[in-house]
Amino acid sequence: MALASADVLAGLKEIVEEVAGVPAASIEIDKNFTEDLEVDSLSMVEVVVACEERFGIKIPDEKVTDLVTVGDAVNFIVNASN
Amino acid sequence: MSQRRVVVTGLGATTPLGGDVDSTWKAILAGQSGVRLLLDDWREMLPVHFAARVATEPADQMERVEMRRLDRSEQFALIASREAWKDAGSPDDLDKERLGVVIASGIGGVITLMDQFNILNEKGARSVSPHTVPMLMPNGPAANVGLELQAKAGVHTPVSACASGAEAIGYAFEMIKNNRADVVVSGGVEAACHQLPMAAFAAMKALSTRNDDPARASRPYDRDRDGFVLGEGGGILVLEEYEHAKARGAKIYCEISGQGLTSDGYHIAAPDPEGSGVQRAIKFALQNAGMTAKDIVHLNAHATSTPAGDVAEANALRKALGADADHVAVSATKSMTGHLLGGAGAIESVFLVKALQDRLAPPTINIEHLDPAVSVDVVRDTPRALPAGDIAALNDSFGFGGHNVVLVFNSI
Repeated sequence: MALASADVLAGLKEIVEEVAGVPAASIEIDKNFTEDLEVDSLSMVEVVVACEERFGIKIPDEKVTDLVTVGDAVNFIVNASN
Repeated sequence: MSQRRVVVTGLGATTPLGGDVDSTWKAILAGQSGVRLLLDDWREMLPVHFAARVATEPADQMERVEMRRLDRSEQFALIASREAWKDAGSPDDLDKERLGVVIASGIGGVITLMDQFNILNEKGARSVSPHTVPMLMPNGPAANVGLELQAKAGVHTPVSACASGAEAIGYAFEMIKNNRADVVVSGGVEAACHQLPMAAFAAMKALSTRNDDPARASRPYDRDRDGFVLGEGGGILVLEEYEHAKARGAKIYCEISGQGLTSDGYHIAAPDPEGSGVQRAIKFALQNAGMTAKDIVHLNAHATSTPAGDVAEANALRKALGADADHVAVSATKSMTGHLLGGAGAIESVFLVKALQDRLAPPTINIEHLDPAVSVDVVRDTPRALPAGDIAALNDSFGFGGHNVVLVFNSI
């Protein structure tokens, strides 16, 4: 069953706050991981692995570069869980 | 160009006795021990159940998110460097191309290495942290401090086991002498209170096993010493070219005026009983500083509390200093801090600078029966006043592999 976008966003906020120290309140759907949230490439790897564990999905390495915004990641995770 | 002189303008530390220089130095002068029983379950599989962990956990001194990307040794380096930089007056407007960092570690990020190896085995390759390499590399402490300060004159990490911290300070001294930099943040750190390094040192019979009395286990020069006590933490000194320091009105603690470096060519771990490498290092250090043994009033010894090492060192000091050894107050502060390995020479240099400032040689604790084979004047139990006027002092450090480093500091 597909995960709900709102649940994925909430989970993603927790992960990004834990990994990169970005306050959850500032993590919004249109924010760019690199430019707005200053999540560097190493931390992005941590975010991806944490998302895989939490949401029970796989994010192939070649797809990671497509995840530019928080919304991109939410959409990918929702679709992958479907 | 006239001869460039090098002075100390900032100090920082996190040690088994305190989370900064002031609290550490106060505890040192009071003769307190930083050695405690380990609380970890894994101690039961080791013959040694104690160590000298830092008195203030990094979690109390830095943000959680910053910590999780740093090995414990890197955390110590940043904590001590921030204190030292602030103590130096936070000279952030200096030319960053003239700012260097030289911070050593004896082992590097061994706790990270072991933790990530466990994660690999338990959860698979994909779960290994992408921060692992920058956390385990031995130059990580120097690199992180260099990054924070934007140092661009060079960031370096000498590795020579337990001589590493002193070698780093000597390297920094030469960078300024040779006009590569005006300011260098230097020192050493170690974070190896982990079951593997402890088991490995214990396998060499290098560690004390005085499990029934940890606070009295580190006892350099005592007749019944049975090995060193592993410690953790680090010390940082801001070194600066003298005219540069004067021009910005910096507080100047003292001068660092020379270093001597030699190697034994004798054994991978045992000290040369003749101590000829140590004697040559002292001779070269004094020559480098333009001094003689007559000028030296205090020495912070390497003295780790091993049966062979302490006597070999004391004999070498006596031979190198001759009759002048009689006016050298020798302190073995590892009796209180334990042995910080790559951090040892650095924290002991911090103590030397404080000793020159306060004119007090720190005590050596836990000597119940002075080993009759020790032929130097050991400061026991309480601090000893150092003379007024111009004085100089030595810090010697040795490392597995036969590395000998001697640094000369003097009042200014």
